[in-house]
Amino acid sequence: MKKLQNSLYITRQGAYLHKERETLVIEVEKEKAMQVPIHAIQAIYCFGNVMVSPFLMGFCGENGVHLAFFTEYGRFLGRLQGKQTGNVLLRQAQYKTAELKPELISRNIIAAKLTNSRSVLYRHLRNYAENKSVNQAIIQINSALGRLQKAIQLDSIRGIEGEAAAFYFGVFDELILPSVGEGFEFNTRSRRPPLDRVNALLSFLYSVVGNDISAALQGVGLDPQMGFLHQTRPGRDSLAQDILEEFRAWLVDRLVLSLINRKQIKANDFVIEASGAVKLKDDARKTVLVALQNRKQETVKHPFLNEDVPIGLLPHVQALLLARHLRGDLAEYPPFVPR
Amino acid sequence: MMVLITYDISFDDPGGQRRLRHIAKACLDHGVRVQYSVFECEIDPAQWVALKAKLLEIYNEDADSLRFYMLGTKWRSKVEHHGAKKALDIFQDTLIL
Repeated sequence: MKKLQNSLYITRQGAYLHKERETLVIEVEKEKAMQVPIHAIQAIYCFGNVMVSPFLMGFCGENGVHLAFFTEYGRFLGRLQGKQTGNVLLRQAQYKTAELKPELISRNIIAAKLTNSRSVLYRHLRNYAENKSVNQAIIQINSALGRLQKAIQLDSIRGIEGEAAAFYFGVFDELILPSVGEGFEFNTRSRRPPLDRVNALLSFLYSVVGNDISAALQGVGLDPQMGFLHQTRPGRDSLAQDILEEFRAWLVDRLVLSLINRKQIKANDFVIEASGAVKLKDDARKTVLVALQNRKQETVKHPFLNEDVPIGLLPHVQALLLARHLRGDLAEYPPFVPR
Repeated sequence: MMVLITYDISFDDPGGQRRLRHIAKACLDHGVRVQYSVFECEIDPAQWVALKAKLLEIYNEDADSLRFYMLGTKWRSKVEHHGAKKALDIFQDTLIL
């Protein structure tokens, strides 16, 4: 099994990253703030005004370190891609499948997505009180799952997904405990820009996790842009978005809920701009990233491999499984559905 | 696996300063400085072979001493830290700045 390396998040504005021998050095105001050997790092995420020396960029490419840039508020801007790795034949198989029969993989992924969102709802019922509308949403997601089994067309799979997502986000507000107080009302999912605090948190984390997935896909030699469920569009990592569906509820939504419900993130951790866009403040963003990083270190039993896997490696594992399916070693792609 | 590297470099001859500097740099490439002449290096066996060869090339067999402690992969239960300057665990700690 691959070793889980660390991710480095740079949120300090004006930080300067450069290479020194085999190490990565972070300077803040001309002082060495951190020096780490490159072999411990899997990914570097730069938020906002962070300078990276050209030598370091080359070094990252050479060592397969994923380097990505985000705005200060977590919107993805770009990333550095090293040498194209992996087997051309695998990518060819990926393109063929995407063109000729994307339905099977898409359906498996959506089935996992719905199951995982349902688990979030069940979890709430188990931990807190019975709740009529949450119960109702579970029933509706169940019925969507039933219909999904018979869905053959990609359009109907997408339709069922949209419907179930609407039920799920329809009760998402109920999952936020009344004790957290005002400021965390959730009405509907809004993106570009997120219009409330919950949406801002969700968007930020989806973006960061999506990038992890993208890097993992590239790591096994898949093309993150050629998706099955999401339409290909220039500049969009459709395949990464596909795989993200498995992780949205289980990883991100749960993390967002616990950050809010445990009051690790408070209403005044956000800035509301004149346009209505809601953004996370610097310190809060750190809290969120630390929480994500801690979650990544935890291990979970992978239901398909039946092996303990650090959560941070799950995207890599799923990418491997997908590659195996595309090569024909696995009859179906097993999406990630934790017990 | 974790290797703890400690060294004592003799300054009796003028080359000592240089050897000290080079050894420290080689260790920094693979690990974290925990005390002045003590490095913790979490590396895989292949990297270890390379690092060890490099260190043995730099040091002076007659004057300096190098010590390697192999702590294996389950080293976390074997290491305790007390007091100031807590060392960074580069694979596990949150690296956020």
